[in-house]
Amino acid sequence: MQAGSKLKIEGLSKTYRGAGGGENVTALKDVGIEIGAGEFVSIVGPSGCGKSTLFNIIAGLIRPSSGKVLLDGRQPDELLGSVGYMPQRDCLMPWRTVLDNTTLGLELNGVRKKEAHKKAKAEFERFGLAGFEKHWPAKLSGGMKQRAALLRTFLAGRDVMLLDEPFGALDALTRANMQQWLLDVWQEDRKTILFVTHDVEEAIYLSDRVYVMSGRPGRVSLDVKVSLERPRKPEVTMSPEFLVLKQKLLRPLEEAAAGGGVFIDDRPTLEEQI
Amino acid sequence: MFARGTRARRIAAAVLPPVLFAIFVLGVWQLYTVVGDIKESTLPPPTDIAKSLWENRSMLIDNAWVTIKEILLGFAAAIVLGVGLAVLIRSSRKVERAIYPWLVVSQMVPIPAIAPLLVIWTGFDLRPKVIVIMLVSFFPIAVNTIDGLRAAEPELLNLLKTLKANSWQRFRKAQLPAALPFMFSGLKVAAALSVIGAVFAEWVGASEGLGYLVLVLNNQTATTEMFAVIFTLALIGILLFLFVSLLERVLLPWYYESRETEGEGLHLEVEENA
Ligand SMILES: Nc1ncnc2c1ncn2[C@@H]1O[C@H](COP(=O)(O)OP(=O)(O)OP(=O)(O)O)[C@@H](O)[C@H]1O
Ligand SMILES: [Mg+2]
Repeated sequence: MQAGSKLKIEGLSKTYRGAGGGENVTALKDVGIEIGAGEFVSIVGPSGCGKSTLFNIIAGLIRPSSGKVLLDGRQPDELLGSVGYMPQRDCLMPWRTVLDNTTLGLELNGVRKKEAHKKAKAEFERFGLAGFEKHWPAKLSGGMKQRAALLRTFLAGRDVMLLDEPFGALDALTRANMQQWLLDVWQEDRKTILFVTHDVEEAIYLSDRVYVMSGRPGRVSLDVKVSLERPRKPEVTMSPEFLVLKQKLLRPLEEAAAGGGVFIDDRPTLEEQI
Repeated sequence: MFARGTRARRIAAAVLPPVLFAIFVLGVWQLYTVVGDIKESTLPPPTDIAKSLWENRSMLIDNAWVTIKEILLGFAAAIVLGVGLAVLIRSSRKVERAIYPWLVVSQMVPIPAIAPLLVIWTGFDLRPKVIVIMLVSFFPIAVNTIDGLRAAEPELLNLLKTLKANSWQRFRKAQLPAALPFMFSGLKVAAALSVIGAVFAEWVGASEGLGYLVLVLNNQTATTEMFAVIFTLALIGILLFLFVSLLERVLLPWYYESRETEGEGLHLEVEENA
């Protein structure tokens, strides 16, 4: 991180205007985040704490109420299109084959179809999709759909990738396989990844650093460095260091949940704790 | 996927039930007219209708050509009007608010009642017929296409934005393909309506065509011959419907195939997520 951060977020707040005279919702309040080039950073937080909102802002889809997003140390003229973004749903187009889905970003970059296909096909093996080029997405398993969506994001070729709960809808076994696979892929390319999840173990296992967000209004309550050795193997989740980290991360989350079960707007206990 | 039998068996499974049902209905009809000793001018037995179909085949074919031409032109005009209105209405909220209610109101206008006016305005040639058919059948195309143009997932449209797709590309690559299955539902309804439209149109001002024949034969109480004409009209309607269905299958293989594997599936929800 000494070499300057790849992505930096400063004092970011977002308040959604209540529709039709409804109450305003403060989704994010004074959020600060910093990620170095090639770093894998996760954000964990309870549902509704503003993780997707944060991603939408970084992706340039919505404007923050205040605060800045810096890429390579400066504010880009247009945020939209500057970072890779994988939304919470796979968003594969059912009318395109798997291959044509993965080349979407290349196609929109003006790459010729033949060339785009060649480039995508070269990655199908690594993404565990070989043999499914001509299939409709509807026929893929949940894990394969996520891998296809990830390949689409990879091929779009942005340095920074935002992955919003890519494994949230998968069963435990598939999820474990996908985590291992994602680590392998990341190890080879070293893209900068910002990864959202509900799952603390997943966050620790994958990341160099984990931010914990507290719910409503969403803010960063903890920034924890994970110095487990890489490449990591599943056994590491049983190591004492891992368990210590897990406890450290779970405490603020559990307290947030215990502080009312439902998210109540003013919950000062958490901030006092830190 | 499980085995689905041979191609021949699949076709038989599709064709046999409606044919058997038709034989059953015609059998009851035959029995009723013969046993009940019904006058032929009231309700002719199917065997007499079949005989009339054969004896009058050249007259029926000649007039069918006239009507088919009207139907095809009117149907094409309905597609242009229906899809055009749908795109216009979905192009902006204001336009939608201004036009949509009147679209519904337009369906309260009894078309047969205004058909004579159309003849006065445009003459006795093909034009008023094409217009009447168009007016009778554009509505389901418009309404279904409007719904279809709303069907693309907002997340997908956002994803396209982050890939730098402009609004035309978002329309071309997401909204339009997502709308097509809906549009085809409308086209199937419209196909059936267009046949009725042609009959209305010919009742007002025509000297040939199957609708015109119905009118003439009705005046002569030539009931058997009239039924032969009605059967011919029904055949045209079925063929047009089958043609649209076939086109759907060819143009939207992804939709057709994913529906097939879903079995009972009525909707095109392809992916699900937590
Ligand atoms: N367009 C919007 N208008 C109004 N409120 C919104 C909007 N989008 C999100 N919110 C609110 O902002 C808060 C944060 O939502 P967000 O989707 O960012 O949470 P999240 O952390 O991604 O949740 P999850 O883990 O369930 O995906 C929620 O309370 C939500 O109701
Ligand atoms: Mg979310």
